[in-house]
Amino acid sequence: MARVIVVTSGKGGVGKTTTSASISTGLALRGFKTAVIDFDVGLRNLDLIMGCERRVVYDLINVVNGEANLNQALIKDKHCDNLFILPASQTRDKDALTEEGVEKVLKDLEHLGFDYILCDSPAGIERGAVMALTFADEAIVVSNPEVSSVRDSDRILGILQSKSRRAIEGREPVKEHLLVTRYSPKRVEDGEMLSYKDVQELLRIPLIGVIPESDDVLQASNQGTPAIHLKDSDVATAYLDVVARFLDEDRPLRFVAYEKPGLLKRLFGGK
Amino acid sequence: MSLLSYFFGSKQKTASVAKERLSLIIAHERGTNRTPDFLPDLQRELIAVISKYVNVGPDDIKVQLEKQDNCEILEVNITLPEQPQK
Ligand SMILES: Nc1ncnc2c1ncn2[C@@H]1O[C@H](COP(=O)(O)OP(=O)(O)O)[C@@H](O)[C@H]1O
Ligand SMILES: [Mg+2]
Repeated sequence: MARVIVVTSGKGGVGKTTTSASISTGLALRGFKTAVIDFDVGLRNLDLIMGCERRVVYDLINVVNGEANLNQALIKDKHCDNLFILPASQTRDKDALTEEGVEKVLKDLEHLGFDYILCDSPAGIERGAVMALTFADEAIVVSNPEVSSVRDSDRILGILQSKSRRAIEGREPVKEHLLVTRYSPKRVEDGEMLSYKDVQELLRIPLIGVIPESDDVLQASNQGTPAIHLKDSDVATAYLDVVARFLDEDRPLRFVAYEKPGLLKRLFGGK
Repeated sequence: MSLLSYFFGSKQKTASVAKERLSLIIAHERGTNRTPDFLPDLQRELIAVISKYVNVGPDDIKVQLEKQDNCEILEVNITLPEQPQK
């Protein structure tokens, strides 16, 4: 059975696409056959973050409409043999996504032997976002330690609990995970930023990890390489931990405590 | 952080304000957005029962579900009509 995982948040720009790229890569690196689908119809971006933008021929809507089959549309990742990207359409709008169409794509992926299917949700709570979460077995709710992001996460949790197939059919609920991203331990220590514990207390779902705010993410996206590949960087390590926890391995939280820089650094600034 | 602000630190601690505001608004929105489906039926049946004994209309009974911390509170508000003058 393929597991369908939605990466969602309500708010835009919080790190859903960055997270989808890294977690799907992480699962593939663990040997699972993984597909990652861009549901952001009209604003495709996952292809850029994965570095496969020049190989896009067909997209999700083409497959939904039967204009192409899955094998034609799936793009093999340049780093991992068992990772495939299904891009969003750049020219159509979100109304082109139908529930039946999406369900068929997911079923077909399952028949192709995929273990995990990640759905990179668009922002908002409209059709595109609802389609991305409708068939989810698990949800990674990406939240920044910031008021509007946390409120929107709570809203999207409400939608998961009412509009997902699992909720409608009264099956076991979607398994929810909280991922706090763009975290600055220093600002938390200074009392300027909500701590991950605050966010978790507010949203009341299990925490799967904390991703630090890091310039490396921009470096990764510039190159079209998912951040999880950046050897020895904090972000990559944090994402590898998230994947491990997703697979039920125990990993202590890292990069959540602020380490004071030395006196010289403090006096003369710099990073 | 510059040298000056390091020694004369004047950063506000706003995170606790954020948390306080969020916990209020989230509790409120959970109450209004996640109303279970049975509430309208419950309200209708309550009206039917109560109006056997007192003269109340559909607008005199308000049924609300609120979530506080870990418990849910079902709040039923019935406005009784003023006693008719005899
Ligand atoms: N951990 C991080 N540190 C710094 N910048 C980040 C981090 N995660 C994401 N970003 C940046 O935030 C922006 C939005 O990220 P993206 O993944 O596209 O969000 P979304 O898909 O939720 O709209 C991008 O510019 C990305 O580089
Ligand atoms: Mg995105």
